[in-house]
Amino acid sequence: MDPVFLSRLQFAVSTMFHFLFVPLTLGLSIIIAWMETQYVRTGDKIYLQMTKFWGKLFLINFALGVVTGITLEFQFGTNWSRYSEYVGDIFGSLLAIEATAAFFLESTFIGIWIFGWKKLSAKAHATVMWLVAIAGNFSAIWILTANGFMQHPVGYTIRNGRAEMTDFFEVLFNKFSLLQIAHVLPAACLLGAFFVMGVSAWHLLKKQHVIFFQKSFRISLVFGLVASLLTGLTGDFHGTHVAEVQPAKLAAMEAHWETRANAPIVMFAIPDEESGKNLIEIGSIPGLLSFLGYHDFNATVRGINDFPADERPPVLITFAAFRIMVGLGTLFIILMVYGWFRRDKLMESPLFLKIMLFSIPLPYIAIEMGWVLAEVGRQPWIVYGLMKTSDAASPVAGYQVMVSLIAFIVIYGLLGGVGYYLIVKHAIKGPLPLEANVKH
Amino acid sequence: MILQTIWFFLWGLLWAIFFMTDGFDFGVGTLYPYLGKSEEDKRSMINSIGPFWDGNEVWLITAGGVTFAAFPKVYAVMFSSLYTPLLFILFALILRGVAFEFRGQIENPGWKRIWDLCIFIGSFVPAILFGVAFANIFRGIPFDGQGVYHGNILMLLNPYGILGGLLFLLLFMLHGANWLAMKTGGDLHARVTALAEKIWLALVPVAVIFLIASAFATRLYDNYVANPGLALVIVIAVVSLLMVKFYLSKKDYFKSWCASALTIVSCTFFGIIGLFPVLFPSLIDSQYHLTAFNDSSSPMTLTIMLGVVVIFIPIVIGYQIWTYRLFSGHLTKEEMEY
Ligand code: HDD
Ligand code: HEM
Ligand code: HEM
Repeated sequence: MDPVFLSRLQFAVSTMFHFLFVPLTLGLSIIIAWMETQYVRTGDKIYLQMTKFWGKLFLINFALGVVTGITLEFQFGTNWSRYSEYVGDIFGSLLAIEATAAFFLESTFIGIWIFGWKKLSAKAHATVMWLVAIAGNFSAIWILTANGFMQHPVGYTIRNGRAEMTDFFEVLFNKFSLLQIAHVLPAACLLGAFFVMGVSAWHLLKKQHVIFFQKSFRISLVFGLVASLLTGLTGDFHGTHVAEVQPAKLAAMEAHWETRANAPIVMFAIPDEESGKNLIEIGSIPGLLSFLGYHDFNATVRGINDFPADERPPVLITFAAFRIMVGLGTLFIILMVYGWFRRDKLMESPLFLKIMLFSIPLPYIAIEMGWVLAEVGRQPWIVYGLMKTSDAASPVAGYQVMVSLIAFIVIYGLLGGVGYYLIVKHAIKGPLPLEANVKH
Repeated sequence: MILQTIWFFLWGLLWAIFFMTDGFDFGVGTLYPYLGKSEEDKRSMINSIGPFWDGNEVWLITAGGVTFAAFPKVYAVMFSSLYTPLLFILFALILRGVAFEFRGQIENPGWKRIWDLCIFIGSFVPAILFGVAFANIFRGIPFDGQGVYHGNILMLLNPYGILGGLLFLLLFMLHGANWLAMKTGGDLHARVTALAEKIWLALVPVAVIFLIASAFATRLYDNYVANPGLALVIVIAVVSLLMVKFYLSKKDYFKSWCASALTIVSCTFFGIIGLFPVLFPSLIDSQYHLTAFNDSSSPMTLTIMLGVVVIFIPIVIGYQIWTYRLFSGHLTKEEMEY
C-alpha cells in the first residue's frame, strides 16, 4: 500500500467533499445577506421570511462545510509532512492568516446570527449576516492565495533546503491567485444562485408560495446572470495565464500532443497517452488554441510529447474536466440570458423552470471539474516546478492512511447523505408562515 | 532569538486559549448524557454552548495554523507522528459539529439519540486525547532525525499519557460544570453544582499525582530548578484550583468558572515553560529535539506573522468577549426555543 497514492486519494476525497459545501456557503451567504438587507430597508415581512427559509438551508450546508474543513487544515501535516516542511514558511502563513483574519469572524458571527434574532436590532442582525458573508469570501481569498502559490510559486527563494519568503506582497498579488479568486468567487455565487432558482422552480411548478418563490427566483437570477458572465470571462483570462506559466497543463487540457504553430482546438477527442495522440478528433478549429493562449493565430504551442515523460500530467482527466467545465459554463450563460428575458413570465415558462430545477447539480459538477483540472493538471508537481508530489508525503505507514481513507469515505458518505436529505426535506417543506417565524 | 522566543510562547498561549475556551464546551458535552435527563435539560445544555462552540474551535485551527507558519517542521513531524490520534480527534469533532445542527431537525427520539451520542463522543474523545497527546509531548515522542516516527498508537497509552488524559478530562468537566452552573437554573442547576464538587474532589488527587509523576516521566522541572521564580505558574495553578472550590461553595459561579479557566491556562503553561525551548522533544535522542531555535520559519515570516497576530488576535478577543456578554446570564425562554 503506497502511502503517496493513498494520501493523494484521501486528499482528493476530502477536498472535493469539502468543496461540495463551500461554494454554496460563499454564494448563498451573499444572497441571504441581500435579502435581509431588503427586509431592513423595506420592512416587507416577505424578505424576513425569505431570510429564514434560505437561512435554514444555508445553516445545514454551513455545518458540513465547517466540519469538513477542519480535517483539511491538519492534513498537510498528517499526510504531506515533507511538503509542509518545505513550504511552511510561506504556505503555512497564509493558512494561519486565513484562520485569524477570517474563520474567527465567520464562526463567531454565525453563532450570533443564529441565536441573536431577539438580542439585536434588525439592522444589526443584517450587518452580522454581511460579516458572515464577507468573512467566508475572505477566507476563500486566503486559501486560494495559498493554492496559487502551489500552482505558480513566486516571492520566495530556496534557502536552508526549503522555500523561504522574500516578498510577502509578491505572494499576495500572485497573478495566478488573483485569477483564481476572480474565477472561483463568481463560480460560487453562480452555484448559490442556481441552488435558489432550482428550489424556487420546484415550488413554482407546483404553484405553491408563488409570490415568495418568484421573488427569490428573480433576486438570484440577477446574481446568476452577472456571476455566469464573470465566471466565463475570468476563466478565459485564467486560461491565457496557464498557457504562460504552466504550459504542460495547457497542452494536457487541450489534448495537444505535438508542438506546432497555428495550433487548433478540438471540440471533442479521445486522447491516448500510450500512443501520444488522439484516437478520435472531431471539430478541429485551426489556430484557435494559439490565439486563446497567446492572442496570435500563428503562435507556437508546445505539445505534450515535447515534455519529459516524468513531467506530463494525466491527459485524459485534465482534458475531460476542462471540456465539461467550459461546456457547462457556456450552458449557464445561455440559461441566464434566456431567464433574464423571461423574468416576468416565469409562471408561463414551465419548461424553463423544469430545466432550472434539474440544473441544480450542474454548477456542482462544473466547480468540481474545475478543481480536478487545476490539481490533476498540475501533476506530477505538488509545487509547480519545485517539488514533486511523490516527494511530498509523510513517512507514515500505508495501512494507517488506508484506515483513515476508509474512515473518511464512510463518515463523509453518511454525513453527506444525511445533510442532503435534510436540505431536500426542508427545501420541499417550503417557508414557514409568518407568525411561526418568530422562532427559528 | 527574541523573535523565536516570542513565538514559542505565543504558540503556547494559543493552545492554552484553545483549551480554556473549547474546554468548557467539551466538558458540557461530556457531562451531557449524565446530566441531560429530560429533553429540556438537553436543550439547555446544548443552547448554553450553542453560540460559542464554533468560535471556540477556531482557536484549534489557529493553534494548528500558527504551528504551521512559525514552526513548519514541528507541524510536519508532530501531526504525522500523531497521525492516528489526531484523526480520531478530528473525526470526533466532525461528529460533534454536525450533531448540534442535525439534532433539532427531526422530531424523533431515535434520531435524537444518535446525535446525543455524537455530542458525547465528540466532546469526550478530544478531551481525553488532547491530554494523552500533550502528556506524551511533555514526555517525548519516539522520532528520529528524519522526522520518522518509530512507535505505534498503543505506546501513547503509557501510564503518564493516560494520567494526562484523565487530567484534561476532569479539568474540562469541571470547567463545563462551572459553565452550566452559571447558565442554568432549577433542577439541572442543583444537579450540576453537586456534581461540580465531586469532580473537583476527583481532580485534586489526579492533579497532584500528575505534578509528581512529571518529575519522573519528563524533564519539565529542569527549567524550574534552573529558575525557581518560574514556579509561580505552579502556584497559580494550585491556587486557582483551590479558588474553584471556594467560589463553588460561595455559589459565585461566574468566578468559579474564571478560576477553572485560569487553572487550565496555568496547567498548560506549566508544561510550556517546562518544555522551553523545545517544542517537540524526541524520546530517541535529545539531538533530534525540535526547538524554537532549530526549526522556526525565516525571520521575515515570523515578523509578518507577528504583525498579523498582534493586530488580529486582540480584535478577535474583543468581539468574542462581546459575544459572551451578548449571550450572558441565564438562558431565556426564547433562547431555549431554537
Ligand atoms: C461554476 C463553476 C465553474 C464554471 C462555470 C467555470 N469554471 Fe473554470 N474553474 C472552476 C469553476 C468553474 C473552479 C473550480 O473554480 C476552478 C478550479 C480552480 C480555480 O481556480 O477555479 C476552475 C479552473 C479553471 C481553469 C484552470 C486554472 C488552473 O489551472 O488553475 C481554467 C483555464 C478555467 N477554469 C476556465 C474556465 C472557462 C473558460 C470557463 C467558461 C465558461 C469556466 N472556466 C467555467
Ligand atoms: C476545495 C477545492 C479543491 C478540490 C476539489 C481539490 C481537488 C484535488 C484533487 C482531485 C487532488 C488530487 C490530484 C492528484 O493527486 O492527481 C488534489 C491534490 C492536492 N491539492 Fe487540491 N483541491 C482543492 C483545493 C486545494 C487547495 C485550496 C489547496 C491548497 C491550498 C490544495 C492542495 C492540494 C494538495 C496539497 C494536494 C495533494 C498533492 C497532490 O496530489 O498534488 N487543494 N486536490
Ligand atoms: C484545501 C485547502 C483548504 C483548507 C485547509 C481549508 C480549511 C478550512 C477550515 C479549517 C474550515 C473550518 C473553519 C471553521 O471552523 O469555521 C473551512 C471552512 C470553509 N472553507 Fe475551507 N479549506 C480549504 C479549501 C477551501 C477553498 C478552496 C475555499 C473557497 C474557495 C474554502 C472556503 C471555506 C468556507 C467558505 C468555509 C465555510 C465554513 C467556515 O469557514 O467556517 N476552503 N475550511
